[in-house]
Amino acid sequence: MREMPGRPSRRGFLKGTAAGVAIASLAGSANAQAPQKEPPPPLDQYERVYFNEAEWAFVMAACDRLIPSGGNGPGAIDCRVPVFIDRQLAGNFGTAADWYMQGPFDPAANPTLGFQSPLTPAEIYRQAIPVFQDWCKTNHGDSFENLEAATQDAALTSLQKGEVGLAPELRDFFQFLLANTKEGYFADPGYGGNHDMQAWVYIGFPGARGAFTSWPGRENAKYPLGPVSISGERA
Amino acid sequence: MATRTDPKKDVVIIGLGWTGAIMGMELANEGLDILALERGDDRSTVPDFQYPNIFDELKYAVRYDLMQKPVNSTLTVRHNTQETALPYRHLGSFLPGDGVGGAGVHWNGQNWRPQAVEYRLRSYVEETFGADIIPEDMQLQDWGVTAEELEPHLTKFESVAGIAGKAGNINGEIQEGGNPFEAPRSVEYPMPPLKNTWDSELFADAARKMGYHPFPRPSANASIQYVNDYGMQLGPCNYCGFCERFGCNNYSKSSPQVCILDALKRKPNFSYKAKCEVLKIEKAADGKTATGVTYFDDNTGEEVFQPADLVLVCAYSLHNVHLLLLSEIGQPYDPDTGEGVVGRNYSYQMTGGTSLWFKDKVFNPFVGTGSGGMTIDDFSMSQIDFGKEGFIGGSYITCGHTGGRPIQQMALPPGTPAWGAGWKEAVGEWYGHNLSIGSHGSNMAYRDTCLDLDPTYKDRHGRPLMRMTFNWKDNDIKMTQFMKARIEEIAESMNPDAMASGYKGDGAQYDVRPYQSTHNVGGAIMGTDPKTSAINRYLQSWDCHNVWVMGASAFPQNIQYNPTGAVGGLAYWALEALRKDYLPNPRPLM
Ligand SMILES: Cc1cc2nc3c(=O)[nH]c(=O)nc-3n(C[C@H](O)[C@H](O)[C@H](O)COP(=O)(O)OP(=O)(O)OC[C@H]3O[C@@H](n4cnc5c(N)ncnc54)[C@H](O)[C@@H]3O)c2cc1C
Ligand code: SF4
Repeated sequence: MREMPGRPSRRGFLKGTAAGVAIASLAGSANAQAPQKEPPPPLDQYERVYFNEAEWAFVMAACDRLIPSGGNGPGAIDCRVPVFIDRQLAGNFGTAADWYMQGPFDPAANPTLGFQSPLTPAEIYRQAIPVFQDWCKTNHGDSFENLEAATQDAALTSLQKGEVGLAPELRDFFQFLLANTKEGYFADPGYGGNHDMQAWVYIGFPGARGAFTSWPGRENAKYPLGPVSISGERA
Repeated sequence: MATRTDPKKDVVIIGLGWTGAIMGMELANEGLDILALERGDDRSTVPDFQYPNIFDELKYAVRYDLMQKPVNSTLTVRHNTQETALPYRHLGSFLPGDGVGGAGVHWNGQNWRPQAVEYRLRSYVEETFGADIIPEDMQLQDWGVTAEELEPHLTKFESVAGIAGKAGNINGEIQEGGNPFEAPRSVEYPMPPLKNTWDSELFADAARKMGYHPFPRPSANASIQYVNDYGMQLGPCNYCGFCERFGCNNYSKSSPQVCILDALKRKPNFSYKAKCEVLKIEKAADGKTATGVTYFDDNTGEEVFQPADLVLVCAYSLHNVHLLLLSEIGQPYDPDTGEGVVGRNYSYQMTGGTSLWFKDKVFNPFVGTGSGGMTIDDFSMSQIDFGKEGFIGGSYITCGHTGGRPIQQMALPPGTPAWGAGWKEAVGEWYGHNLSIGSHGSNMAYRDTCLDLDPTYKDRHGRPLMRMTFNWKDNDIKMTQFMKARIEEIAESMNPDAMASGYKGDGAQYDVRPYQSTHNVGGAIMGTDPKTSAINRYLQSWDCHNVWVMGASAFPQNIQYNPTGAVGGLAYWALEALRKDYLPNPRPLM
């Protein structure tokens, strides 16, 4: 088992989850009909399409605080959320391919007028992470991924509150990071996150079943079937 | 300059959503030679909405795959005429359609008729409460058409779309279980109501106990199998929970595809081209008629002039206004002088809601439709004493859920952290334990809520973007606060474990980020006076008599309901005038 770059696995978030070794599939899936599938590579061996090494270390650590492992339900790392974010930033979302990106820009405008940065989401991650890392070093003595969990939470709270000195064109960074983390937790597993549909199983969402003709109106009856994904996985 | 001119058509239709499809069908039945131009992709149920690919929350609901791409088309927004408007760079507040079927593909299907008083709001207010109660800069106007005149045409649209519901007033007789406050209808709905979800039953019980009149929300999600006027088939809804923002995989949600297009495509005198964006309506030298349209063909990269005798603007309310402004048809509205008509009286929708959480109730929220649910109209436009309450407007109040998609439809009790262990604990504990009661209300138009051309920003063809000037006003905030008080009373009577309300309050500014509704109305409003309306009561341009403008751009202020029932009814109303009066003798009808 590999450790997270630069930090001890003190909360063991790589242990006993599919994000680490292929324990789940070695033990046989809960569903006998599921085709045997190759386990995905551990997150530190995953071939990134957008993030560099340092960004990856940050995003891994940040996701792990935004949706931690431990307690009830899977964490963002168990669900391979960083993989989702990496792919999103390399794709249409990251490049703002669908957005109107012509100037002039007024990134400091009244936020109710919406996104006004000249930078794409991928560029915002790239430029904001080092600024936040510098802030962490100055204020907490080390890079984000090396801080204690409680300190990481405090640092993320400062980021959320806009207290870390990001330029206006980077001001949506935390919102993107948090939204993308939740998207990766709950989106169809085909996008790289929600590994094994663990987040859907946890909350009881049946995924792409899409046919509930006899269900409307039932009182306090819990739907019994687990989720299916678009590619036909069952959990 | 167009690089090509094509052979002339009788009719060119700009945009192939609901109104474009209706106009195409009915005029094709008249034997006219018709071409529809649609800027977006061609789309059909198979393969574009088929199982299981359509059940993709990220792609369709979060990344807006079926909607307008701002890179191709958007507008700018400001709160008042002093501010510098900035582009709506990515979608949020409203989600215009793009592609064959338009927003009729990814709408919910909540299908309403306005109340009788809404068509003659200015007259109603003056007669009932006196002109003094109208705030100085509120530009209240009558539509120039009455509920009685529109009734057969609203019925026609409901018959084509196949609406599920329960009538409350048939020819003046109140019907048990329907909406007693609706304008008289001539017939029952084509289909019985959808099945209710449990949350909406709980709401209806609570409302009934308080003396209100709950009824099932009229819905364009089929409750039974049905064949419509054009021979098109709908099958019963699966309650799939992926309705709003998605195409229906099940031929159950009424859309131009399901209700009209496959029949229309078989007609030899109708054709359409996708990926063809109309840039301008061209005018004859005397300016009194249009000669056709110039469009950009993305398939060939060419600019094409398409001559036609009749130009039907069916491009969605916002794009209708933009095209009229770019084509210089009708005098642009100037908020400083109050003169001009194109761009006048833009308005939006005032919504709010209260969420309730129950530890011991499981609602299976993924069992949902786009428009099922129970509603009360006890606080609708016709039921409120505007003089006493100090505002003009009203709302329907409704409970029902459209789905339980976890990224966008996860409501957590107040005090839940936005992230971390507490958030994760809460999603496991509260998912599916929540219901929400919403108010969907009117929004008035004001002297400065308007649309014009932006001085700075351009689209990909180098044309100025349209500029929207809009903000919430006291009158409408008072209205929504009134609804908050009524809804909280009902909600409290349901004894939830937790409750949270979200309504616009004093000083609220229009925020383009959260989704509110794609009910953008006005800007090319209908009326009987060419000084205060861009189109006459038949939806015909006052200035170019062979240009007719469909859609909610015709509403002088917003109704309290979702617009499409009225939009469809108005299209059939315009068609009657076109067929009976205009085609035999083309001229200004007023
Ligand atoms: C998520 C969502 C939910 C909704 N839910 C409801 C609801 O429950 N109830 C309700 O009443 N309404 C609802 N609506 C609104 C409803 O979809 C619209 O009122 C309705 O579709 C309008 O019909 P239309 O024909 O005017 O325009 P559209 O259906 O939008 O069609 C216009 C077409 O014109 C095309 N077009 C635009 N400009 C050009 C151009 N220059 N050249 C060529 N083509 C062009 C567009 O691409 C589009 O396809 C909803 C909308 C959305 C987005
Ligand atoms: S809820 Fe019903 S009408 Fe809506 S998409 Fe699903 S099956 Fe179609």
